[in-house]
Amino acid sequence: MSGAVARAKQQDHAIIAEGVYKAFGKVKALDGIDLAVPRGSVLGVLGPNGAGKTTAVKILTTLLSPDAGRVVVDGRDVLKDPAGVRSRIGLAGQSAAIVEEFSGRENLELIGRLFHMSAKGSRDRATELLESFGLTDAKDRRAKTYSGGMMRRLDLAASLVNKPNVLFLDEPTTGLDPRARSDMWGVIRELVAAQTTVLLTTQYLEEADELADNIVVFNHGRVIAQGTADDLKDTIGGDVVEFTVTDPRKLTSAVRAVTGCGDGDPEVDKDKGEITVRAGRNGSGVLLDVVRQLDAKRIKVMGLGVRRPSLDDVFLALTGHRAEEDGSLNAETSKEASGE
Amino acid sequence: MSDLTVTDRIGWSAYDALVMARRNLMIWFKVPAFIVFTVVQPVMFTLLFRYVFGGAILTNTHGYVNYLLPGVIGQTAAFTSFGTAISLAMELKTGVLDRLRAMPIARSAVLLGRLGADIVRLLVTLLTIIGVGYAVGFRFRNGIGGAFGLLGLALLLGVATCCISAFIGLAIKDEESVQAFGLIWVFPLTFVSSAFVPVQTMPGWMQAFANNQPITQIVDAMRALALGTSTGNHVWVGILWMVGIMAVFIPLAVRTYRKA
Repeated sequence: MSGAVARAKQQDHAIIAEGVYKAFGKVKALDGIDLAVPRGSVLGVLGPNGAGKTTAVKILTTLLSPDAGRVVVDGRDVLKDPAGVRSRIGLAGQSAAIVEEFSGRENLELIGRLFHMSAKGSRDRATELLESFGLTDAKDRRAKTYSGGMMRRLDLAASLVNKPNVLFLDEPTTGLDPRARSDMWGVIRELVAAQTTVLLTTQYLEEADELADNIVVFNHGRVIAQGTADDLKDTIGGDVVEFTVTDPRKLTSAVRAVTGCGDGDPEVDKDKGEITVRAGRNGSGVLLDVVRQLDAKRIKVMGLGVRRPSLDDVFLALTGHRAEEDGSLNAETSKEASGE
Repeated sequence: MSDLTVTDRIGWSAYDALVMARRNLMIWFKVPAFIVFTVVQPVMFTLLFRYVFGGAILTNTHGYVNYLLPGVIGQTAAFTSFGTAISLAMELKTGVLDRLRAMPIARSAVLLGRLGADIVRLLVTLLTIIGVGYAVGFRFRNGIGGAFGLLGLALLLGVATCCISAFIGLAIKDEESVQAFGLIWVFPLTFVSSAFVPVQTMPGWMQAFANNQPITQIVDAMRALALGTSTGNHVWVGILWMVGIMAVFIPLAVRTYRKA
C-alpha cells in the first residue's frame, strides 16, 4: 500500500488491523486477522468462546503484543506508540473492573486522577457520567451493593472518563438479565450517536444484530465472514416464507401452486405438511404472491409468515455448529479465560 | 508523551504511583477485615507468646518479651506480603489490572503503588506492635538509633517479601489459591528461625537451616540493635539476603506483570 493511500485509510478508519497473528505456545489464538473499522461505526465481533475475540481486544488495546502484523488505533501504532493509543481508547472488559470497596463516585474520580485530571476536573467528570448512566442516586454507595446491571454501567462509565475516541467493549452484557441487557444496549446506542467508534465482542447473535453496523465472525482465530447483519443473512439465502398445509392431501397441489413464487423450488417436509419458499431480501413480496396463488387454488394453510434467518442460522451455515455450542471449547479457551 | 524530559517522566511516574498507593490505602481503611488481619493478629501473637509460651522459654535478654518482640516484628514484616499477593491476584482476576494497563499511566505505577501502600501498612502495624510491646514490658535498650535501625531492617524485610509475594500473586492469578498457598512458605521460614525461640533448642538438622536462613539473620540483627548487644555479621548478612531476594524477585514480578 502506498503512503498516501495508507494515510487516507488511517483518516477514515479508527481501527486498522492487518495480518495479525498471536500464538500462545502451540495454540494459534489469532491466525491472520484483518480489520478496518470506519470512524463513528460499531463493529460487532461475533464468535463462540475461544474464537480469539478477547485476544484481539487485548492486542488492539495494547495489553498484548501481536507476534506479527500491524495494528493502528486512532492513527497510532500499538507497538510504536502504545501510550498514544492508551490515551485515546476506553476499555470495558468481560468483568466489571471496578473497586468494589469504593463508591461509584470514588471509582470514577480515581480514574480521572490517573488520567492526570485535576481534583475538580475528576469530580465534575464523575458527576456528569453518573448522571448520564443513571447512577446519581447510588453514587455514594459502595459499588459492592450495586446490582449486576449497575455494576456494568459503572464499568462502562469508567471506560469513558477520558472521552475516548475508540471504545472497546468485551462482551458488555454477558451475565446480565434481559432488562439490564436492553438498558445496556440503549447506553451503547447513545455512545454511537455521540460519534464514538465502538468495537464490541459478543456471543449473543441478537446483540450484534441490534448494535453493530458491521459484523465480523471469528472462529478459531480467523475471520470466517464479514459484512452487515443483512449481508450475513443473505449468505444463507435471506428470508423464507413458511406455511403448513392443513389438509395433507392438498400438499402436492400446494407445492405446484407456489412453485415460481420465490427463488428455486420450494422445500417440502411431507411429514409435517410444511412448505418453505426461499425469498432472498423480498420476503413481503413473495409472501403476497404465495397468498394469491394459494387463495386462487382454495388451499387452506396455517402458520403462514416470513421468517428472517437468525444469526444462529448464519453461524450454523458457516461453521457447521451453533454459536453457543461448547463443542469448540479447547485449549485456546482456557488460555483466553485465564487471561494469557 | 515522547517529548517529555527524563525529569518529567520520573515526576509523572511518581505521581501515578502515589495515586495508586493512596487508592490501595483507602481500600485497606474501608475493609475492617483487612485491618483486623494486619494489625490485630500480630498484637495477638505478641500477647500469646508473651504470656502463654513466655514462661517456658529461657533467654538471656532481660525477660522473654525483649527476645520476642523483634521476632514478632520480623514475622509481621513477612506476613504483610500476604496482602500484596491477594490484592494483585484479585485485581488481575477482576480485570482491574487490565483497565489500568490500558490507560496511559506509568508502567511501574501499579507495582510501586502496591509496594508503597503495603509498606505504609506495615509501618502502622509495627508501631502498634511496639506500643503494645511497651505496655507488656518491652524496652529499647540501645537508644533511638537502635530503634530506627530495627524499623529500617523490618521495612527492608517487608519490601523483600512483598516482592516475592507480588510474583506469587501475579503468577498464581487465582485469589482462592493465593489464600491457600500464599502464606505456606512464610510459616516454616518464620517459625524455624530465631524469631520466637533460641535456635539452640531445635534438633541439629533444623538448626542448620534455622541458622542460615534470612529471617534469622534479620531478626538477630534487629534484636541486637534493639537491645544493644553485639550485632556480629547479622546486619550485613541480613541486608545482603534482602538485596539478593529483591534482585531475583523484582525482575520476576515485573516480567509476570507485563505478561499477565
